Amino acid sequence: MSNQLPIHEGLFTWPSTKPQLLGSRCVNCAETAFPAQPDCRNCGSRETNIVELGDRGTLWTWTIQTFMPKAPYHSDETAETFKPYGVGYVEMPGGVRVESRLLPSKPDELKIGMPMQLEIIPFRTNHTGDQIMTFRFSPVAEA
Amino acid sequence: MDVAIIGIGLHRFGRSPDMSGMQQGASAVRAALADAGLSWSDMQFAYGGSQDAGNADTLVNELGLTGLQFTNIWNGCATGGSSLHAAYSAIKSGEYDVGVVVGFDKHPRGAFNPKPADWGIDEWYGETGMMLTTQFFALKTQRYMHEHGITEESLIRVSEKAFKNGSLTPTAWRQQALSYDEIANSAMISDPLRKFMFCSPAEGGAALIICNADKAHLYSSKPLFLKTAVVRTRHYGSFEVFAPSQAMKVADAPTVTASKAAFELAGIGPEDIDVMQLQDTDSGTEIIHMAENGFCEHGEQEKLLREGATDINGSMPINTDGGCLANGEPVGASGLRQVYEICVQLRGEGGARQVPNNPKVGYTHVYGAPGLSGVNIISK
Ligand SMILES: [Zn+2]
Repeated sequence: MSNQLPIHEGLFTWPSTKPQLLGSRCVNCAETAFPAQPDCRNCGSRETNIVELGDRGTLWTWTIQTFMPKAPYHSDETAETFKPYGVGYVEMPGGVRVESRLLPSKPDELKIGMPMQLEIIPFRTNHTGDQIMTFRFSPVAEA
Repeated sequence: MDVAIIGIGLHRFGRSPDMSGMQQGASAVRAALADAGLSWSDMQFAYGGSQDAGNADTLVNELGLTGLQFTNIWNGCATGGSSLHAAYSAIKSGEYDVGVVVGFDKHPRGAFNPKPADWGIDEWYGETGMMLTTQFFALKTQRYMHEHGITEESLIRVSEKAFKNGSLTPTAWRQQALSYDEIANSAMISDPLRKFMFCSPAEGGAALIICNADKAHLYSSKPLFLKTAVVRTRHYGSFEVFAPSQAMKVADAPTVTASKAAFELAGIGPEDIDVMQLQDTDSGTEIIHMAENGFCEHGEQEKLLREGATDINGSMPINTDGGCLANGEPVGASGLRQVYEICVQLRGEGGARQVPNNPKVGYTHVYGAPGLSGVNIISK
């Protein structure tokens, strides 16, 4: 049977019924990074802790990727099956803007400032049939 | 010790199917030497670089094994700027009197496809389709338009001006002027940027002969002076390409810090610049760079572009040779092409694209991954 494996360890809590993005926060200056890193890009401190960044945020900017990127892009798509996708930065309550794929792929479905919900989705299938999971944000009604 | 530019050479940007990138670099060096009336054996040092076309110091196989000091420079889009800075320092220090700076490249067709590991990023970022410079410029432009009230009209006007200038420039790759409607109706590539709003990777070479200004009169009747050459990297909090996340805190872009430092070192301000080259990987970026380099306020661009201020005959002529949009971007050569064009303008040799009223001071600016900027100020 197929497993669902994260595309990279430590990006988000997985498996989970309510997944969260994971980042790091500096003990010294409290600045946050995504993905988590052992040193702080603000103050250079080597003391950082892994923190949950949340699963909701607001859209800070966006675009639509209309053509299939060359390698290192690695999905199950072909030039024929490629579908445009949204990309944006989402401002997280954890105190950082995270770049992410977005579900909407049409300009009129995206607006700066709209609330966004984290989803963990199958991105491709590996050679043993496991699903490789990544994160994505999609618009959500204000809670 | 002041630093003079006494020779300029270009191997035309675009496609040279029968030549390697290295040969295009050698072609640019030969042109610069001829312009200066010097020979390769007169060169005491060289700095050069390319992204995809090999090690610059291999050029000695083409130009002559004279034993000179040749240092390869690779610094992304600021490769030319960094080479020029190194040459500037070599002259300033008094160690050398005359040398050459060269940049060249030959990229495959289509968008760049950088490897995440080269930029300190894990593979997932590239695999999921976020490692594209086109995306970054679109994301930055989208946010900038939202914050500063810039409309699509401005994006179109920048491209319209670029291709018009390209049509007046015999060395430009794209020499076909495009109408406002052709640009406005071209395919959307990465919202809000359309096909004719992006520059393409290309091929070409550019070279400059640099010398101690005290000796410039020995070589040239028309020396120009490199007042300053500055390269700066990003601060924490600036919005940069290839960034899986950004800080909430907002800091000045590296362009702002490089520009401020350059003006301070040269002892002049933006109002003193008569002709400029601003990095235009896309039309949105040129608009942003107008303000980041101190030439206008954020948001003022909409009005300036409508009035034609950045045209050849305008009050602040930008990218008189069509910039990256009309010349393409061979990364290693692009920054030196900018300096070449400023020198052409200051010499009054611009022909159909010559800025009127005898421009005296010029400015060049590059920006590139992963967040660095180079600025040069050149005067008569
Ligand atoms: Zn810190």
